[in-house]
Amino acid sequence: MGKDVFEIVVNCVKMLLIFLVMVQLVPILVWLERRVSAFMQNRFGPNRVGPLGLIQLLADAVKFLFKEPFFPEKGMAVMYYGAPIMALIPGALALAAIPLGAPFHLEQFTWLGREWGPYDFIMQGYDFGVGIVIVLGVSSLGAYSLLMAGWGSSNKYSLLGALRASAQMVSYELALGLSLVGILMVFNTFSFYDIIAQQTGMPLTFNFFGKVHSIAWLPNWGIFFNPLGALIFFCASFAETNRLPFDLPEAEGELVAGFHTEYGGFALLMFYIGEYGHMMVASALMATFYFGGYTIPYVANESVANWVSSGGLATHPNWAAFLTSLIFFLVFLLKVFLFLLIYIWVRWTLPRFRYDQLMDLGWKTMLPWALFNTVLTAVWLAFSHRPV
Amino acid sequence: MSALLAFLIFVGILAGFGAFLIILSSSLGPRPKPNPAKNMPYESGVAGTETAESRVSVKFYLTAILFIIFDIEIIFMYPWALSFMDFVKSGQGMYILGAMGIFIFLFVVGLIWEVKSKALDWNR
Repeated sequence: MGKDVFEIVVNCVKMLLIFLVMVQLVPILVWLERRVSAFMQNRFGPNRVGPLGLIQLLADAVKFLFKEPFFPEKGMAVMYYGAPIMALIPGALALAAIPLGAPFHLEQFTWLGREWGPYDFIMQGYDFGVGIVIVLGVSSLGAYSLLMAGWGSSNKYSLLGALRASAQMVSYELALGLSLVGILMVFNTFSFYDIIAQQTGMPLTFNFFGKVHSIAWLPNWGIFFNPLGALIFFCASFAETNRLPFDLPEAEGELVAGFHTEYGGFALLMFYIGEYGHMMVASALMATFYFGGYTIPYVANESVANWVSSGGLATHPNWAAFLTSLIFFLVFLLKVFLFLLIYIWVRWTLPRFRYDQLMDLGWKTMLPWALFNTVLTAVWLAFSHRPV
Repeated sequence: MSALLAFLIFVGILAGFGAFLIILSSSLGPRPKPNPAKNMPYESGVAGTETAESRVSVKFYLTAILFIIFDIEIIFMYPWALSFMDFVKSGQGMYILGAMGIFIFLFVVGLIWEVKSKALDWNR
């Protein structure tokens, strides 16, 4: 956690901030979802509460807090109340393990009559060094929350929704896990920082049967090395987050509301926080693996630091380092938001699959294609060494 | 070690925050007299006959069992993916490709058998 009080406090505050950012992004995303759907369906959407209707979700949250607490007659209290808490945990844990910005170095400084530092801070909650493994492991715990909700409510619609959800999540986890093998072979590491470092630098450079080629106007992003894997990963992450066109657990025509039929008020909102948290994790992974993470295309990392320190934005080198990292964080947030917009766009464009079609797509289409992607990448790498 | 400590603290923060929200929302709302019709499991207006203990399709169990097998096989590919380029760089690319080829062959045979056995045919 740190070697003195300052570092420990900063690390704790950082984790709280990551969690608060996740929770605070949810109202914005719900607002965005409503506004975008309204735009796509040629209506207004929420536009009364606050500017552009931005305060709508705050009003909703206050209303949710004052809803009547409800507990189903035959329900199991531990499961019923534990499920929304469990829904919060995996998304936040996974998000805190992804680097949200460049790490920054603080030099020794005097504050409160004491010498502090030097410190090295990372813009993430914790770095295990195994990167993607911990994210995959933690985020797959999300299935437990759905199962607990379905089982604890003692309602057949909830149970069916929960069973469907967990069967769907485990099926698509295969394609999701396998689609990442190709890109891991290309980068040859599990660590997010190494992956991002390999994607910085401008010209797309690759080794084609012994001859080094480079395309000057393309950034060195992972998607150019593994486009099929990126596509499969993105499609599977829709199923992992239970979003349309894969939102069978909530198919309201058949199952009322799926696993959260018996929930209302703030507990229901916590399920939504979990779902949007999963979406953020999937978008962040997409940005990190295939779109260069927090780096800016066409701009070198050093030139950002030079711009901050020479532009008069910050005089002290420590503040300059912090500001540079903050700029990278904003860039990362922008990339994540682009993918979240695609999620919303797809949700209001595509209809829902039938359940057998969904399972067939997962097992008989996406899993073989992910395997094909793995084999293709392996053969490609063995015959034409990619790293230069 | 320090990462693990941070992780555990974060789990504590999250669980505490979630429990706080649940307790807060269930203590703030109105509490009318319990109403037997309202407390029943939701069943679109009629009295429910089935409960959560009723039987579910065996397909879900089959999916779970098959998932475990295939997921473990995929997990085995991760260390292979990590050491792949090291082998290629040291000139043993064909060896690592062939070694994994056998494994992937078994994986494919398992997948074909599973599709042929109609274990995942949801239409039956």
